[in-house]
Amino acid sequence: MDNAASSPIRDEVVDAIIPVLKENFANPSGSHSMARKALRLIDDARDELSDVLGCKSQDIIFTSGGTESDNLAIFGVHSAIGGSIICSATEHHAVLEPTKLVGGKVVNVLEDGILDLNHLADAIDENTTLVSVGLVNGETGVIQDLAAISTVVKEKSPAALIHTDAVQAIPWMDMNEITESADLISVAAHKFGGPKGVGALIVKDQTKVSSLQLGGGQEKGLRSGTHNTAGIVGMAVAARVTADSREKNNVKITALRDSLANCLLDIENTYETGVQTNEDGSVDRGNKVPGSCHLCFSDIESEALLFLLEQSGIYASAASSCSSGAQEPSHVLAAMGFSRELARGSLRLSLGYASTQNDIDKVLEILPESIERLRKLGS
Amino acid sequence: MISKQKILVAMSGGVDSSVAASVLIDQGYEVIGVTMKLWGGTSDTGCCSVSDVIDARRVADQLGIEHHVFNFGDEFDAHVVDPYVAAHKIGETPNPCIECNRHVKFDKLFRRATALGFELIATGHHAQIFSQSEGLRLGRSVDLKKDQSYVLHMLNEEQISRLRLPIGDLTKDQVREIASSLSLQTAGKPDSQDVCFISRTKGGRQRFLEQRMEMTPGAVVDTQGNRIAKVPAVQMVTIGQRKGLGVSGEGEPQYAVDVNVESATVTAGSKTDLFYTETPIRDIQWTGEPVTDVLDIQTSAHGHTAEAKVKDKIYWENPHIKIASGQAAVFYLQDKVVGSGIVTRS
Repeated sequence: MDNAASSPIRDEVVDAIIPVLKENFANPSGSHSMARKALRLIDDARDELSDVLGCKSQDIIFTSGGTESDNLAIFGVHSAIGGSIICSATEHHAVLEPTKLVGGKVVNVLEDGILDLNHLADAIDENTTLVSVGLVNGETGVIQDLAAISTVVKEKSPAALIHTDAVQAIPWMDMNEITESADLISVAAHKFGGPKGVGALIVKDQTKVSSLQLGGGQEKGLRSGTHNTAGIVGMAVAARVTADSREKNNVKITALRDSLANCLLDIENTYETGVQTNEDGSVDRGNKVPGSCHLCFSDIESEALLFLLEQSGIYASAASSCSSGAQEPSHVLAAMGFSRELARGSLRLSLGYASTQNDIDKVLEILPESIERLRKLGS
Repeated sequence: MISKQKILVAMSGGVDSSVAASVLIDQGYEVIGVTMKLWGGTSDTGCCSVSDVIDARRVADQLGIEHHVFNFGDEFDAHVVDPYVAAHKIGETPNPCIECNRHVKFDKLFRRATALGFELIATGHHAQIFSQSEGLRLGRSVDLKKDQSYVLHMLNEEQISRLRLPIGDLTKDQVREIASSLSLQTAGKPDSQDVCFISRTKGGRQRFLEQRMEMTPGAVVDTQGNRIAKVPAVQMVTIGQRKGLGVSGEGEPQYAVDVNVESATVTAGSKTDLFYTETPIRDIQWTGEPVTDVLDIQTSAHGHTAEAKVKDKIYWENPHIKIASGQAAVFYLQDKVVGSGIVTRS
C-alpha cells in the first residue's frame, strides 16, 4: 500500500530492459554501429514517451529522476533568466528547497490542498520568472488545476514560465490534456512501473534553462552524462503500458480506494484529506487521484501505526521519510492547516495498478484494530 | 513450539548497544532493534546523527534482526533541549542525559513499546539489575570506569522490571572484544561523550546557548562582596571554574565559588571557599525506605563518590567541593542506587 513511494516494476519493462543491459551496453554517444544502435533505442524511447506525454520528442531531457528534474527546472531557469521564483507550500522538497535557496516565494494552499489562487496572484509580479506547482501531491493525492494556475500566471506576468512536478500524476492522468499548460514538466519512471534512477524533464521550445552539470553535452547540453539506455527504454515501455491501461485501471482502483476509504471513515475521529462532502453526506474524492487514500487519525502516532501494520505484512507510509528512515512532520498537512498533533497521525495508503481486493481486505482487517489498540494503550 | 519472548533493544549506533542486541539474541530473545532520532540540528557526538542510524541499521543487518527508526524529536526538544536552556537561564547546570533517559528512553519509548506489544526493553547501558529481598535494584556495572547507573538512577521498580541491561556484567574491553569477534562494524567506534545535541566543532555549549537565550553580563565579587572584575555572561560560569573570571594574577588562585544569575554576580574565592560540609538538595527520592546510614554519593556522570548521610540535605563526612546547582546527586549503598536528589543553591 505504498505505490506512491514506488510502484512495482511492470513485467513488460523487465522484459524490455534485460536484453538492453545484455546486448546494448555500448555508450550511446559513441560513433560505431553498436553505439548508434543504443542511441536508436534512446531516440525511439524519446518518441514513445513524447507521444504519451503529449509533447515534442525534442522537448524531452532524460535525467536520473524526479528530484534531478525538479532541481534542473528551478535552478536551471533561475540561472538562465534570474528573476523571482514561486512555488506552492505543498511541493515536494525537491522543489521547495531549491526555491527557498534562490530566495523564492511560497504560496499558500487552501484547507483542501488546492492552491490559493488569490495568494498566487498577489505573489506574482513583473519580476516573476517561474511558478512551480506540482500536478498531484505526493502525500494527499490532491490534483491542482494547472490550466487555472496558468491563466492567473499569464495574466499577471505573461513571460513567466510554469513548471509542474508531475511524477505522481502519470499513473492516473492523461498528460496530453495537461502538458499544454506547463513549460517544464518533471516525470520519474519508478512511479509508473518503470525502473528507479531514470526520469525526464520536459522543456518546451524556447524555454530558457541552463544546465547544472557540464560534460559531454548530452541532452542538448542540458544534462551531460552517459545515457542510462536500459532505464530510458524501460521508462518508455512503462509509460506506454500505463497509458494503454489507464482508463480501465482508474475505474478498478477508484472502486477499491473508495471502498477502503469509506470503511476507514467509520473509525471514530478519522479525517480524510483533500475531499469534499456532498449534500447527501457522501464523500467526493473527485479532486484526488484514484490511488490515493490519505487519512489522519486523532490520538495516533503514525510511526507506531506503521510498525503494527508492517508486523501484519502491510507496508504503507505517513509523511515523507528523511534519509535516516524516521518519519518527519508533514509540511503538506501543516500547509493545509492541520494541527501538528493530528498530522502526527497521518497515514498514506497508496494503491497502484497491481493493487487487489485482497490488499483492501487485509488493511480493513488489521488497521481498525491497530487504531483501537494504539488509542487504548497510547503510542 | 514455544515462541520466543520479544524484546525491543534501543540501538544508538554505538558499540555497547550493538553488543547488547547480540547478547540478547544469544540468550534466545526475539530481538527487534530501534534507533531513536532525537535531534535534527548539528551535532558531532552522541546518538542522534543520521550516520549513527546507518551504523545501527548495518549492525542490525549483520545480526539478522529487524531495525526501525522512531522520531522522538518533539519529545527530545520539549523534555531535554528546552529544559537544558531554561536551566542555564537561571544559572543551573543540568545533566541532559538524565532528562533524556527520564522522559524519552524510559517513558516515551516504554509507552511506545507497550503499544506495540513489547513487554521488555533493553539498552546498552553499563549498569546492572539486582534482585534483592526488598525488590529489584539498579546497580553499578562490573566496569566501574564505564558505569552509567548514575544517568539511570531515576528508574522505578516497574521500569526496572521491564528493562534488560545485557552488557552490565561485561567490561568495556569485553564488549569491544565481542564486537570484534562478530566483526560488527561499530567495534572500533569511539565512546560518545559530551552533550549529544551540542556541536563541539561549531562553538560548543556557549554558542549553542547564545543562540537560544540572552546572556547576563555580571560582576565578579570577592567573598566580602567587593567588585573585582566583570564577566560577559554569568550563565556560562561554572562553580569551580578558574579561568575567564578576570581575576588571575598574583596571590592565591581564585575560583568561582558561587554563581547568582538573579543578582548577576559571580563570587570568587580561594580553593578552601569551595569546600562545604553540607549540600542543599531538593526532590529527594528513595528507591525503598529512606536510608539513614552513611551512603556513597555521586554528583556527576563520571565523578567519584564521597561518603555522606542524607536527611534534608547532604551532610558530608569530609568537606566536599561545591556542586553546581541543577546536578543530580545519586545515593549508593554497596554499589546499588538507593535514592537521589537535585542540588540547589540554598
